[in-house]
Amino acid sequence: MLLIALALLACKREARELRTDPPATDALNGVVPMANRINGGLPRIFIAQGSPYENNAYQLGQGKRLYDWFNCKGCHANGGGASGPALTDGRWRYGPDPVSIFLTIRDGRPHGMPAFANRLTTEQIWQLTGYVRTMGAYSAQTAAPSRNDEMQSRPAENRAPAATEIRMPPSR
Amino acid sequence: MRALATSLALLCAGCTGSQTVLAPMGPQAAQLNWLLWSFILICGIIWLLVMFVLVLALRYAAVPSQRGERRAAVIVGVSVAASALVIIVLTVMSYAATRGLSVAADDPLVIRLRGYQWWWEVTYTDRRPDRMLVTANEIHVPVGHPINIELSAADVIHSFWVPNLVGKQDLIPGRRNDLTFTASRPGVYRGQCAEFCGLQHAHMALLVIAEEPAAFEAWRDAQLQVARPPETIEQEAGRTFFVSQPCAACHTVRGTNAAGTLGPDLTHVASRRTIAAGLLETTRGSLAAWIADPQTIKPGNNMPMVTMTPEQLRAVSAWLVDLQ
Ligand code: HEC
Ligand code: HEC
Ligand SMILES: [Cu+2]
Repeated sequence: MLLIALALLACKREARELRTDPPATDALNGVVPMANRINGGLPRIFIAQGSPYENNAYQLGQGKRLYDWFNCKGCHANGGGASGPALTDGRWRYGPDPVSIFLTIRDGRPHGMPAFANRLTTEQIWQLTGYVRTMGAYSAQTAAPSRNDEMQSRPAENRAPAATEIRMPPSR
Repeated sequence: MRALATSLALLCAGCTGSQTVLAPMGPQAAQLNWLLWSFILICGIIWLLVMFVLVLALRYAAVPSQRGERRAAVIVGVSVAASALVIIVLTVMSYAATRGLSVAADDPLVIRLRGYQWWWEVTYTDRRPDRMLVTANEIHVPVGHPINIELSAADVIHSFWVPNLVGKQDLIPGRRNDLTFTASRPGVYRGQCAEFCGLQHAHMALLVIAEEPAAFEAWRDAQLQVARPPETIEQEAGRTFFVSQPCAACHTVRGTNAAGTLGPDLTHVASRRTIAAGLLETTRGSLAAWIADPQTIKPGNNMPMVTMTPEQLRAVSAWLVDLQ
């Protein structure tokens, strides 16, 4: 009996939400940024939905696909940085929290980060936000995006810390 | 008796149609069809023989004896030799029949077919770069002209199989496979991805439309044109919406600023018979339904739901259905 009960526990599969309803999408777009457009309040619906863009493997996997499809790689490489800053080193010009990253992708940043508001849907921007946060995470997570198709150039996203080398703090 | 008749009728229904190996419409398919029937015939005869001998053996069980054993050894020896012979003959036959399938013909029309989850990108090559052509989910070919298909895949393994024309061949990421076929009669032949490739594998069909060379050239010239300009104010609004929204990041419409390559080319989307890889017939209604909510129609596919107002949806569908 116990064994069967245990086996049945494994039947619960992670739910995949393939799309959000339009009102939910509008609500998800309603982040409340601080005046300097860094950090701010998460939309209430983000928490109400159970933060799927933080802990749902499907959403993170979609983010990973979009990171490739929308050529974030062209400027940020696999996270190590190129003409754009590194995303895996744990240091953020505009803050590590979801709202800052969401605003970065949606509205762009002055020194060369293009705005994606007209090229990605709100849902996709959140998927990317979640994925970018797993790239630079300092603690391990159980939800992970799909495996790399190419050779692995850094530790997998669900392993922490993501940064491969410990650098000295910036001396400013 | 009636059951027999129904099952026979059902069986025969498989002998005609636009997606069957039993109605070959080209030399390659005819060869494969011949191979299939020879195998069925040879193996059928062997099966009958074996059954006959089995019945004999059961009916007249032999009394063990010295002479009987020697005879048994001879019979076993002869059977082994016969089996080996049959296998060799079948091997040679299948080699002969499939040898020509991936050999390039003289002066073929070269078409590149790339598999995506879950649609097909079709590229017509030409020595003149301005006559290169990209379309999706529908391959037009001239009757009687050898076609060389170069198969590749963008994400996972897919498989090309249009049974009326030619046998199966996989599309493999990072690799090119070649396939040669000729359509000998005009018609519409259906194919379907034949290698499981994810959630929407079952909704990944494509059509091969074989037409007379003149009709094919006319089709090709029409497809080479840029998208026709909008005629009504509504269509104009549809185009403006399309190029300023995420649609343009994924789709190309030649003649506009939309140049994305993540989804099917839509320059002449309304000239194609179906949308979403064979899922829906192309009408204004189906276009609007698809754009309004692609994830409910084909769950998990790679086109997101873009939020828009009913007016915007009407406008964009009015424009797209005009892209003949
Ligand atoms: C054209 C090059 C380019 C592309 C394409 C690009 N970025 Fe950027 N990105 C930059 C630059 C440059 C910065 C630094 C901006 C600044 O400092 O103002 C940046 C900054 C960022 C930051 C903030 C980093 C920090 O330290 O706070 C994030 C997050 C980010 N990009 C994510 C993305 C994602 C996700 C994509 C793909 C959708 C993308 N970028 C595409 C150039 C690019
Ligand atoms: C993230 C990329 C992406 C965006 C954004 C996008 N599409 Fe698509 N679209 C696709 C993909 C991928 C397919 C193929 C889906 C399939 O059949 O599996 C597709 C299919 C289509 C088709 C059917 C084409 C055919 O021949 O099968 C139409 C029409 C279409 N999209 C219109 C639009 C419109 C209008 C918009 C904007 C509201 C849009 N798309 C936004 C990726 C996208
Ligand atoms: Cu498939």
